[in-house]
Amino acid sequence: MAAELLRESFQIQGRNFDKAGEISSEIKVILKDLDIDAACLRRVVIVAFEAEMNVVMYADRGTLTLILTDQDICLDVKDEGPGIPDIDLAMKEGYSTASDEMREMGFGFGMGLPNMKKNSDDFCIESAVGKGTSVFARVRLDSHA
Amino acid sequence: MKLVEIKDLLKCEVLAGEEDLSVDVSQVVASDGMSEILAFAKSKELMITGLTNIQSIRTADIAGVSAVLYCRGKRPDKKVIEFAKQKRIPVLVTEMVMFDICGILYNKGLKGVS
Repeated sequence: MAAELLRESFQIQGRNFDKAGEISSEIKVILKDLDIDAACLRRVVIVAFEAEMNVVMYADRGTLTLILTDQDICLDVKDEGPGIPDIDLAMKEGYSTASDEMREMGFGFGMGLPNMKKNSDDFCIESAVGKGTSVFARVRLDSHA
Repeated sequence: MKLVEIKDLLKCEVLAGEEDLSVDVSQVVASDGMSEILAFAKSKELMITGLTNIQSIRTADIAGVSAVLYCRGKRPDKKVIEFAKQKRIPVLVTEMVMFDICGILYNKGLKGVS
């Protein structure tokens, strides 16, 4: 059983593009201060950043919880938003429902969810239309990108 | 190739990180899509983009690139430049378009990431 070393939750504001990414930057600083392996840290912050951007772009609000154990780093992201009707389609590279505003921010090209999966050792997504989406991603501390 | 050589080659103006131009880069990641950068960058590359908002520097920081080069003479606002300085990411801007920049750097031996 993995021993939990740190658990911290962050509130994400939907549609606040100015602050979008601040939480992921903070997570990067926290993990860097803990001397987490650079390759592992990089994977975690990419997942966090894509998840944070997805919540900002699509949802009203969300929570990102960072959980560090002696074996892995997990990100548990839950939002209150429109949900995803077809998860298999949403996981396909290039598929996107983004608005022009999102694309002007440099996001919404159908790479976010595939990027998150690619950088995780375990990745799970569940969604209920009209309610919201939950993503759980795990990166092992001994993994190398 | 050192950033200072790239600066001269592409006739760049340096907006941030003048003191860090001795950094060497051998690979380039070029896109206006931030998720593309995040998907392909492996860290320490030169990032070329036409996107000048705060997300470009956030992406550069998260992806761990060595420097950001804005093409087509597009300039970020002061807040973005200050953020880059805070993150110690050198920022350059050139009037050249992305296609020409990539061609010139490729001819000088720099490679893309895939």
